[in-house]
Amino acid sequence: MDFGLSADQLMLKDTIKRFLDKQCPTTRVRAVMESDTGHDPKLWQELVDLGVAGLIVPAAQGGAGLELLDLALAAEELGHACCPGPFLGSALATIALVEGADAAQRERWLPKIAGGEILATIAIGEDDSRWDPATFTTQVRGGKLSGSKPLVPYASSADVMIVAAHDEHGPGFWLVERGAPGIEVNPLKLVDMTRRVESMSFRDTPATALGGSRTALQRTIDAGCILVAADAHGGSRRCLNMAVEYAMQREQFGQKIGAFQAVKHQLANLASEIEPALSLYWYAAHAFDHIKDQSERHAAIVKAHMTDLFDRVTRDTTELHGGIGFTWEFDLHLWFRRAVFDRGFLGEANYHRERAATLAGW
Amino acid sequence: MDLSYSAEYEQFRNQVRQFLKENWRPEDADGGPPPESQAAMMGAVIRTDERATQFRLKAIERGYLYRHVPKQYGGGEQPANALQAQIIADEFRKVKAPHEVMGQGPSMLVPTLVEHGTEEQKQFFVRDTLLGKILWCQGYSEPGSGSDLASLRTRGVLDGDHWVINGQKIWTSNADTAHWMFCLVRTEPDAPKHEGISYILVDMKTPGLDVRPLRQMTGEADFNEVFFDNVRVPASNLVGKRGLGWIVSRSTLKHERALIGGSMIHRRTFDGLMMLAQAVNLRGEPASKNKVIRNRMVEIESKLLALEYNQYRLLTTGARGEDPGLAGMVTKLYGTQLNYDIGRLAMDILADRGLMAPGEGSAPAMGMFVTAYMWSLGVLIAGGTANIQRNVIGERGLGLPRDAATKR
Repeated sequence: MDFGLSADQLMLKDTIKRFLDKQCPTTRVRAVMESDTGHDPKLWQELVDLGVAGLIVPAAQGGAGLELLDLALAAEELGHACCPGPFLGSALATIALVEGADAAQRERWLPKIAGGEILATIAIGEDDSRWDPATFTTQVRGGKLSGSKPLVPYASSADVMIVAAHDEHGPGFWLVERGAPGIEVNPLKLVDMTRRVESMSFRDTPATALGGSRTALQRTIDAGCILVAADAHGGSRRCLNMAVEYAMQREQFGQKIGAFQAVKHQLANLASEIEPALSLYWYAAHAFDHIKDQSERHAAIVKAHMTDLFDRVTRDTTELHGGIGFTWEFDLHLWFRRAVFDRGFLGEANYHRERAATLAGW
Repeated sequence: MDLSYSAEYEQFRNQVRQFLKENWRPEDADGGPPPESQAAMMGAVIRTDERATQFRLKAIERGYLYRHVPKQYGGGEQPANALQAQIIADEFRKVKAPHEVMGQGPSMLVPTLVEHGTEEQKQFFVRDTLLGKILWCQGYSEPGSGSDLASLRTRGVLDGDHWVINGQKIWTSNADTAHWMFCLVRTEPDAPKHEGISYILVDMKTPGLDVRPLRQMTGEADFNEVFFDNVRVPASNLVGKRGLGWIVSRSTLKHERALIGGSMIHRRTFDGLMMLAQAVNLRGEPASKNKVIRNRMVEIESKLLALEYNQYRLLTTGARGEDPGLAGMVTKLYGTQLNYDIGRLAMDILADRGLMAPGEGSAPAMGMFVTAYMWSLGVLIAGGTANIQRNVIGERGLGLPRDAATKR
């Protein structure tokens, strides 16, 4: 019985944290998010060099062969730093390949993804679908894919995309390569400027089936929920730390504001919610690989719970900063914006709670 | 991360099971109050009949109970091991075998005596307290003191070889049934407020001591007021040094005890809530099928799971000998809120059937939920109000400056 991180996991987390502290301060976050692509290939390659893109890629395909918990630890640190870039789309495409691709497909794509030679992304949700695979309207007929995907991370930058669609056997994943005919990409402006998402449409675009199993599709969504929850946890922790730091410096009425009970209590409330929630995402990530009959429900629960909490943390900590917290110049709104993304992407809290209730047979 | 127990621990579990098989018959488990009862939920069930006592003595002998108390005073005396303690708690619970006697005697007085008591005090009190033969109440709180406990005013004056005590205690659970009280008394009126207090043991039969029930908002009387009118207590009943009672009273449980079972009560009430949601109809369908109720149920369950997994985490930090930090500090405040969330949703499911006082009406388990809802207010206050917990988390956990008013 050991419900804690291993020495290797602590080292992995610490390595990523130290890298981001140094190489991804909010000045760099802002520079990247204000650029045209929202993508800094150098920063991404540095993360790839740390192993981030290959953490769950099997060793045979040049990865570290680790588990979702390891990847979630990386996601937590990226959230803590508010790191911009294509991590989430890349991670989900990788999971889709690991879960659903045949041997030849894995051999062809995974080593290149792990090494950063190519960028992969994922196209799942559709308008009005609330991310439920059963309702997707994108279709594959005779190896040609048609439909619309309104929210695709870093579509313009990606070399290969994994697309959720239906064929006569039901929902599954298909692989589409950059430059294939019939693809149209429209950039979108998001509240969260640290993550780019574009809307795509496909018309008779050549696509290769990826396993095609519904399991891989649901597993990928589950993993995404857990990674987003981990990102939200990292962001929550960072906002709390910033607010505590500020409460120790800022003086009003002749004393540090952290000595006022109203301020202290608000921070204590946040800490008492954030701290136990850490265990919830660890468990969900662990369950994904080891307790599979619980993993879908835990993914739904953790997504709803932790992104809700992230939203509240950004709100309360902004209030604690007073006027400065509402300025563009101050960094807190970067996380507030990220919280908006984390809550909405892959389906909002109420949808996942209803799913969790149904999965429990209530 | 590995949620299974190692072979070494599984072997330990088998030993515990074998012990229970040999020493505890299933039919012995009957006769206790049902686990859903208010008394069980408040942790007040103490089975101390002869059968339970005989069983406990054997379990102590094997080192399964009171592991933090030395053998010579009646304990099991084992090195701290949170995982073993968890296994023991799990296995004993499964067959409803008597675990450690709960209450303030074993949990607060015993560790204090073991650390600060005289040899005579240890010999006289510890063993019988562990077996539930001596029942204790705690005399700390006073009217007007609230969380500023050290402002207490009950006075003790040395007269020959006796302390003469005058004053009043309040919120004293079990004062009506306890044999003895451990209390804090101001003995050095001129010393700074934390340095003039002594820790004294008082026989509840001493003349001049008057216990009066205090009725709380639920309508029942679970607490008492205790009045001291020239109560004479032998000087040898002082624990530790005169005037250092504040420090003496800080002796607490060994770490492993605090880790066990922290979220069990919430799991039990949540299961009760689920049964209620399935049994009660709201507008023509079970409440559990109502979208809003389902949503809130999952929200509450998420918090419950976070608390349960946080408990796993505390077990692990305990076993690794690491400082649990904030994770250990926040559980009471978190549990208080969870307790309220469960109670409030139960009231919403009961809807207008929740208007009735406990004991009235026909909804399933209704009395239990109305009472539990009212008790969620008691939990909010007991052991330091939630606001005091927030101060502790803010100051000790997050390192925020102390409140100007409490600086000293």
